[in-house]
Amino acid sequence: MTDLHLDPKPLTIAGRTYRSRLIIGTGKYKSYEENARALEVSGAEIVTVAVRRVNLTDPHQPKLVDFIDPKKVTYLPNTAGCFTGEDAIRTLRLAREAGGWSLVKLEVLGDRKTLYPDMLETLRAAEMLIADSFQVMVYCNDDPMMAKRLENLGAVAIMPLAAPIGSGLGIQSPVNIRLIIEEAKVPVIVDAGIGTASDAAIAMELGCDAVISNTGIAEAKDPVLMASAMRHAVEAGRLAYLAGRMAKKRYADPSSPLAGLI
Amino acid sequence: MGLRVTINGEECSLDRSVSVDVLLTQLGLEPAKIAVERNLEIVPRSKYRDVTVVEGDRLEIVHFIGGGM
Repeated sequence: MTDLHLDPKPLTIAGRTYRSRLIIGTGKYKSYEENARALEVSGAEIVTVAVRRVNLTDPHQPKLVDFIDPKKVTYLPNTAGCFTGEDAIRTLRLAREAGGWSLVKLEVLGDRKTLYPDMLETLRAAEMLIADSFQVMVYCNDDPMMAKRLENLGAVAIMPLAAPIGSGLGIQSPVNIRLIIEEAKVPVIVDAGIGTASDAAIAMELGCDAVISNTGIAEAKDPVLMASAMRHAVEAGRLAYLAGRMAKKRYADPSSPLAGLI
Repeated sequence: MGLRVTINGEECSLDRSVSVDVLLTQLGLEPAKIAVERNLEIVPRSKYRDVTVVEGDRLEIVHFIGGGM
């Protein structure tokens, strides 16, 4: 965190502040040990988690909570795999009971091939969850109008995709992401599609408040090393955004003065 | 008299009616790390001793696992 004293404000989601602007997932790792090591190196203070049935035939299997302490790291339950608003709400009510907190990530998927969000179901579910006192971060498409609707409903963070979930294709619509950021008064967090460190840096340079990476880290040849790369990319991208990049020019512009040339 | 219930989609038979608290102990589950839904309604942790599992109940017992998006 040595560079972060140059970042004047922490990330604030629903009144809670975080020094790290990187959120990591807990899926697809070889083991919970590897996941915990990647988390430590990443500096992330929030992890996304899934809610699933306990295994009744072997209740003593390794548990996520034994490797990543929910008292030290914010568990962000998400509704991955839910295709209807009702399933998502049911899942998050169970998550709130299991965890005891109301900050959640809503995603309602429309299609198994693309895992693209069904925005009509997402809006409907978000409205019901907010009415039920949840603080809802919402996975959404990169449509600035949908992002505005979600914010108006009371979403605590807008989470547009960069590219399809798990694709690692990077930021496909920088223009849309920037338009969403310009209009939003709640944090904008790029969720899905971050494949490598430069993708995360580009997202942060656009002005995103944070980035989520799961597959980009978990499916790297060395996930722990990639967790470190993502951390540095997010910090570098954030500082570059705050610094304000130079204007792009069509031709060369010498860096040394021409006066006094021999 | 035994009774039949469905837990996490599997039919099971119990020797007798028990509280959720006792059922979790029998299943070897720690109440602090899970959530229970009975017939589509959440059973709050504070009610585990008071709520009795009866014939035909459908229970879902869930916990947090690794997952991303």
